[in-house]
Amino acid sequence: MSIVTNAYANRARPQTSFEVYSWFFMRVSGVVLLIMVLGHVAIMHVINSVDTINYYWVADRLATPFWRTYDWIVLVLALLHGMNGMRWVVDDHVRSRGWHAVSLAALWVIAFIFLALGSLVLFTFTPVPRPA
Amino acid sequence: MNYLTFVGAILRSQTGAWAWLLHRITGVGVLLFLLAHIIDTALIGLGPDAYEHALNLYRMPFFKLGEIALVFAVVYHSVNGVRVILVDFWDAGTKYHKQLFWASVAGTAVLFLPVAAIMASRLF
Repeated sequence: MSIVTNAYANRARPQTSFEVYSWFFMRVSGVVLLIMVLGHVAIMHVINSVDTINYYWVADRLATPFWRTYDWIVLVLALLHGMNGMRWVVDDHVRSRGWHAVSLAALWVIAFIFLALGSLVLFTFTPVPRPA
Repeated sequence: MNYLTFVGAILRSQTGAWAWLLHRITGVGVLLFLLAHIIDTALIGLGPDAYEHALNLYRMPFFKLGEIALVFAVVYHSVNGVRVILVDFWDAGTKYHKQLFWASVAGTAVLFLPVAAIMASRLF
C-alpha cells in the first residue's frame, strides 16, 4: 500500500550506506550531546541565569581553551545532529521532488553558514578590555 | 486517505506515536533556537553593548517563559532519545516498549519539574 509517499517512494534500493552511517551518527552524537548540552543548560540556566550572565562573564569563560573547545564540539555536533534530523523531516513531509531538492539545498546552506559563523566567533573572539 | 488522516491514524495506533511526534517537534524547536542562539552569541564580536542588547531581550518575562519551554524541549528530546536508543540496541527493548515509554515520561518529569520550579521562581 502506498497511501503515504515521500520523496523516496518508488526509488531503487540505495547503493551507498550513507543512511546507515547517519543512523549511527544520530545515536552516537545524541549520547554525547545529551551529556554536553545538559551540562551547558545547567550552567547557563540553572546555576547561573540570564540575569547574571553578561559580556564579561562570557569573556571570562572563553578565556580558557577548554570552554571554547567544549562549545565548539557542541556547536558542530548539535548542528549536524539537528540538520540531519531536519533532513529526515523534509524527506517525510515534502512530497514534491522539486521542493524536496530546494529544501535540502536550503538545509545545506544554512548548516554551512551557521557552522562558519559559530566557529568564527569561538575561534577569533577577543574580548574588549574591562573598563577601569 | 489524506496525509492528516494518516498521521491521525498513526497517533491513535501506537503508544510510542505521540512520543515520536513530540520528539520531532522538540527537535525542530531546539534546532530553531540553536540558530537564533548562534546569532545572539555572535554579537559578542560586536562588543559589550550589542550583546547586552540581546540579553536584555532574553530577560523579558515572555522570553523567560520561552526559556522554560526550551529546557522542556531539550530534556524531553534527550530522555526520549535514550528510549529510542534502548529500543534500537537492547534486545528486550521492543518487549518492554510500553514500560520504556512510561519510564521516559517519568524521567522527563524528574529532570524537568525541579528545574522549571527554579526557573519559574526567577521569572519576576
